[in-house]
Amino acid sequence: MSQFQLLGVFGDESNLVGAIKAARERRLRIVEVYAPYAVHGLDRVLGLKRSRLSLVCLIAGALGAALKLWFEIWTAAIDWPVDVGGKPWNSLPAFVPITFEVMVLFAGLGTVGAFLLISRLRPGKQPKLIDPRITNDRFALLIEETDAAFDVGRVRALLERHGAVEVIERLAEEVPA
Amino acid sequence: MADIVLSPPLVSGHKSLVEVTDDVCRPMERRPGLVWWAAFAVAFSMLLLGMAAISYEIATGIGTWGLNTTVGWAFDITNFVFWIGIGHAGTLISAILFLFRQRWRTGVNRAAEAMTLFAVMCAGIFPLIHMGRPWFGYWIFPYPNFRGSLWINFRSPLAWDAFAISTYFIISATFWFVGLIPDLATVRDRAQPGLRKKIFTILSLGWDGAYTTWNRYEMVYLLLAGLATPLVVSVHTIVSWDFATSVIPGWHATIFPPYFVAGAIFSGMAMVLTLMIIARKVMGLEAYINLRHLDVMSKLIITTGSIVGLAYLTEFFTAQYGGNRYEQFVFLNRAGGPFAWAYWTMVSCNVITPQLLWFRKIRHNWTLVFIITIFVNIGMWFERFVIIVTSLHRDYLPASWASYRPTSIEIATLIGSFGLFFTAFLVFCRVLPVIAMAEIKGVLKHGANHEEAHR
Repeated sequence: MSQFQLLGVFGDESNLVGAIKAARERRLRIVEVYAPYAVHGLDRVLGLKRSRLSLVCLIAGALGAALKLWFEIWTAAIDWPVDVGGKPWNSLPAFVPITFEVMVLFAGLGTVGAFLLISRLRPGKQPKLIDPRITNDRFALLIEETDAAFDVGRVRALLERHGAVEVIERLAEEVPA
Repeated sequence: MADIVLSPPLVSGHKSLVEVTDDVCRPMERRPGLVWWAAFAVAFSMLLLGMAAISYEIATGIGTWGLNTTVGWAFDITNFVFWIGIGHAGTLISAILFLFRQRWRTGVNRAAEAMTLFAVMCAGIFPLIHMGRPWFGYWIFPYPNFRGSLWINFRSPLAWDAFAISTYFIISATFWFVGLIPDLATVRDRAQPGLRKKIFTILSLGWDGAYTTWNRYEMVYLLLAGLATPLVVSVHTIVSWDFATSVIPGWHATIFPPYFVAGAIFSGMAMVLTLMIIARKVMGLEAYINLRHLDVMSKLIITTGSIVGLAYLTEFFTAQYGGNRYEQFVFLNRAGGPFAWAYWTMVSCNVITPQLLWFRKIRHNWTLVFIITIFVNIGMWFERFVIIVTSLHRDYLPASWASYRPTSIEIATLIGSFGLFFTAFLVFCRVLPVIAMAEIKGVLKHGANHEEAHR
């Protein structure tokens, strides 16, 4: 069964934030918020959890550093030790710079890779825009009907009271994946 | 918050969100003007000249350059360090100033990051052609081979350099692209159906402005900034180790890493200003790159320029006070030997000229700042030339002393690298949004609100 949804379109950041606050007070289910830029502080208003991508970054970085350090020690001291100016085969301090570089490389690419994966972004994906002006100057708040107590008229009034320039009724199947 | 209240708004003229999109996208959507074509013709000719010089050098050999057994590094490595240094300001603006919450950076970070990428491309050419057999350039990276496998020497600063530059390029490109995604989507949604729309649909990865994604995006941006900050410091540190780990007087100094990093930011900031002062005029972006940017970036030039000046003094003093005769000689030879003209060019361009920026009147004059940045660009090129050539040309053994003079091929290669840089930048101005729209939109009310509140 497809869910009934209401989309409030706003032309201003502060109206959007006001509407979200009101909607959260009334315990309406907010499916998603759309914005042309990262509205400052909206994560707190929406009660979003801190992204765990930093953990991915840490793990990828540690993995890169460990692999590279192992590789440097293995090549220089085990697989084919070469005497360079009488320096010890396992010249650990001299291995630090490249280990650091590879750590940064793994951490950076790992984080971005994880971000694209989890946000389902990939080259050539057709965007399902909720409003054609969302990447330009429009903000949108998508609210979903949760139970029989959901009063379309009142939610519409709430959105309009907070300065929605447009309120659209729609069914959930149209929602972007 | 006091500084924000006192500061003028980041974007002049109370722009609306639509106006920002229109202003930034307009130069991409109309046909390029005469100025652009003229600039492109010049830049592209320079690039062709450089390509001809490099082709000739590769076909004939390193003997086409003025190098000899005493001066084994000269123009090539000077250009390499110069270009790498230019790149550093882009990362400073995009990453370090982001961590320091310097919101003015939003006006210039996209172009500065692009500049970083193009500068690193220019830099990468020089070690490659310097190898003499650039088709074996991949030997610098470890890969399984039929010689053992014989691995590279991980203790060598030149190997560190290859890893540092490659990582720097990849991470800068990634950072730049991540910053571009929302703006690419904006361009996509403005475009009429056709090839342009198709290309931007592919590039923008299906971005739909959902806040869940924005929330993660902010985290990714923060993490990349956090990674790029130590990375950029490490890159020029490692470049300085190419010199500092050797036993050549004039190179073998512990001061090199901070000295090189400050110099890199100094030269890069000058190059960002040189480019942005032209770009804002040509592309009509005066509202986004305004006096406030000019002021802050000029101050950064004074700061880093003064650090560089202090480093010159310190290394001179240390050399004289240290009691090492070879070290003493190298520095006296720098300031009074056959390359004294290069040394004093460096000192006057890098230490004296930027001091003019202490005056607000000069700092707020677009033409004067532009001229000063050109001086800094020249001075910083000479700094690398002085460090490299004067340390080498009169070494321990007077019998092997030699001089150095660049050949026309070397000069053509240098011109070619500028050609590549400007061609790439001009194409970038045409095909991608030069200003980070999604970031500018987020700070649009910044300053303006305060201005109203305090009226």
